[in-house]
Amino acid sequence: MALAPHDVLLRVEHLTMRFGGLVAIHDLSFEAKRGVITALIGPNGAGKTTVFNCITGFYKPSEGRIALLHGDPVLWNELDVVTARGQRSLRRPEGALFLLERMPDFLVTEKARVTRTFQNIRLFQGMSVLENLLVAQHNMLMNASGFTALGIFGAPSYARAQREAIERAVYWLEKINLLDRADDAAGELPYGAQRRLEVARAMCTDPVLLCLDEPAAGLNPRESADLNELLLSIKKDGITSILLIEHDMSVVMQISDHIVVLDHGIKIADGTPEAVRNDPNVIAAYLGVEEDEVQNVAAKVGL
Amino acid sequence: MPAEAPDRAPPSLVGRALKEALVTGFLAFALFLPLVGFVSVQSMTNTLLLEARWESLFSVVALIAIARFLYVLAGPWLERRRARAKPSAPASNLRKVFSKFFTPFALGFAVVYPIFVLAFTGINPGALKWIDNFGIQILIYVMLGWGLNIVVGLAGLLDLGYVAFYAVGAYSYALLSKEFGMSFWMLLPLSGILASFWGVLLGFPVLRLRGDYLAIVTLAFGEIIRLVLINWVSLTNGYAGISGIPRPTFFGIPFNASDEGFAAIFGLEFSPLYRTIFLYYLILALALFTAFITIRLRRMPVGRAWEALREDEIACRSLGINTTNTKLTAFAMGAMLAGFAGSFFSARQGFISPESFTFIESATILSIVVLGGMGSQIGVAIAAILLVGGTEIMRELDFLKQIFGNDFEPIRYRMLLFGAAMVLIMIWKPRGLISTREPSIFLEERKAIPADLLKEGRG
Repeated sequence: MALAPHDVLLRVEHLTMRFGGLVAIHDLSFEAKRGVITALIGPNGAGKTTVFNCITGFYKPSEGRIALLHGDPVLWNELDVVTARGQRSLRRPEGALFLLERMPDFLVTEKARVTRTFQNIRLFQGMSVLENLLVAQHNMLMNASGFTALGIFGAPSYARAQREAIERAVYWLEKINLLDRADDAAGELPYGAQRRLEVARAMCTDPVLLCLDEPAAGLNPRESADLNELLLSIKKDGITSILLIEHDMSVVMQISDHIVVLDHGIKIADGTPEAVRNDPNVIAAYLGVEEDEVQNVAAKVGL
Repeated sequence: MPAEAPDRAPPSLVGRALKEALVTGFLAFALFLPLVGFVSVQSMTNTLLLEARWESLFSVVALIAIARFLYVLAGPWLERRRARAKPSAPASNLRKVFSKFFTPFALGFAVVYPIFVLAFTGINPGALKWIDNFGIQILIYVMLGWGLNIVVGLAGLLDLGYVAFYAVGAYSYALLSKEFGMSFWMLLPLSGILASFWGVLLGFPVLRLRGDYLAIVTLAFGEIIRLVLINWVSLTNGYAGISGIPRPTFFGIPFNASDEGFAAIFGLEFSPLYRTIFLYYLILALALFTAFITIRLRRMPVGRAWEALREDEIACRSLGINTTNTKLTAFAMGAMLAGFAGSFFSARQGFISPESFTFIESATILSIVVLGGMGSQIGVAIAAILLVGGTEIMRELDFLKQIFGNDFEPIRYRMLLFGAAMVLIMIWKPRGLISTREPSIFLEERKAIPADLLKEGRG
């Protein structure tokens, strides 16, 4: 697909998530563009992971719309029509439009091709590294095996599909430097390798949007640099865009093209890394300020 | 002992053993006083009398205290042995050879077993016991264990009502063959399909529950099926059960004494043995079919998804796997295999009643799976042989009567021995007999995955 980068890929509009009386996210709107790395940052408890859970279908947002586009940006014009019709998605030859908040979690990955990783690593610890990467290609393999019926009799089409799946797994294992450990249990890998494997596993689902929840948490500076390189190479391939939650500013500032800052569920800044770095609201949220200044900032963002 | 105060001399081993024996004896006394110490008996006038059994009580307590005493005394020696055994772990060449040849050997033995028995006993009804009670009985449980292994061992869904699907299969065969005269070979797949239909029907509402809740609901389902079988008298004949169920034929040739019977056609003298041997090979084939299906499915995407589900359900969903469907397939597959086993059971017995499908059956099958090591086929087979064969062998221990007197029935102690054996095995091998996992696919070499990395699943 010869698509211009920097078209809007993901559009989050007026997203609100309430848990009983607690408002975790309040009226959040932002966009993520195709072919770039968008970072979502904010202090602890700002609601970043909740945003991820809403995007990937793990939570149903209380209010708001989350839309994702495959293909031609002209389809954005249809967004309100699709919403009004109560549909989950719109498929046209030139592309497709998905309303993620209406889809169950597994369809968000399968159909809308949005895949996530987790803050606390969720690998299949008792399965080998290779198996982890094959489980990620479940839907493709399931179709190739004729929902098991063909596969169980060893149909050649399934054998070919499995070979391709292994090739893809090997490609990613080379990329994350774990090829020599393909047959070891995922749970036996060192922590940093597990982090990289989780990214590779998510990539094996062939996503258009990869949502990474603190991928650099607990990594040493070297591993962190390796991870940056990996993410930049994913970006360079041009198929997958990245949405990133991260605390590690060295990762965020170096690799992201666009940053959205959340505090207490409210967007306080949105822009390039330079702009965000110098934004007084961001500095206040991260470093803390005098009491009266808090009042000023709160008044400004309408709290 | 580092915990001892430094100024006191460490107590001697014998002293410590005595102290621990006393404490254990006291605990045993407190525990067994109500259990063993008293018995209620009915007098001639039908009043209940409480009788004390001090002798039994004190012999039990003394036995336990002595066991504890000896155990503590043997402690240092056991420790030394354990320490010595550790470094010699790489020298497991023998084990490698063993594991390589075990499966073909076991298969070969299962195939020649009836011939082996006949060679010992000759062609007479004495062989029936060994082929029927040991061979067929064990193989039914092997098959059920392998079927439940898909649900519990691979997909990690704790199912306490597995026997319900076994019952569905058995009653399907019994009713359809009696009412419509359908043949065994037609009803075998049909009972499997009916059982898996019930599996899906139960699964839809239930599989959103997790862990303990799933276990409780499946337990209830097992009981509901049994109660329906008891109370729907017009269909199932209630407690009395269904008798005169047509027996399977040798591809159309019945096993009877008539001129068209198996023995007459093959020019043999009539004997009930032929049918039993036929049934033996039939259940062996069914069990091997179960094993084959499981081995194949583990290498399919659906099998990998089952195991991934056991490892981490949330991660599965994040990778686009429809977890509800995946659980349902596991449930349906397990139920279908139980249905096959059930229809075989009813064809073999010729008589079924709800008595055969009580909770204890579910518990036995689950024990086989847990004891064998969840997910391990060989482990499950060994556990079935131990548990079911062990029960049967207790009927044969007549020499014990010479020791304990003629009233002694070893079979009455089977639950006690069962429990003790389970406890011991679980201390020795907490994750079951074979607890490592073989990966379903590999690039360079197959490396077993250690048990401590495996999850049991949370439903």
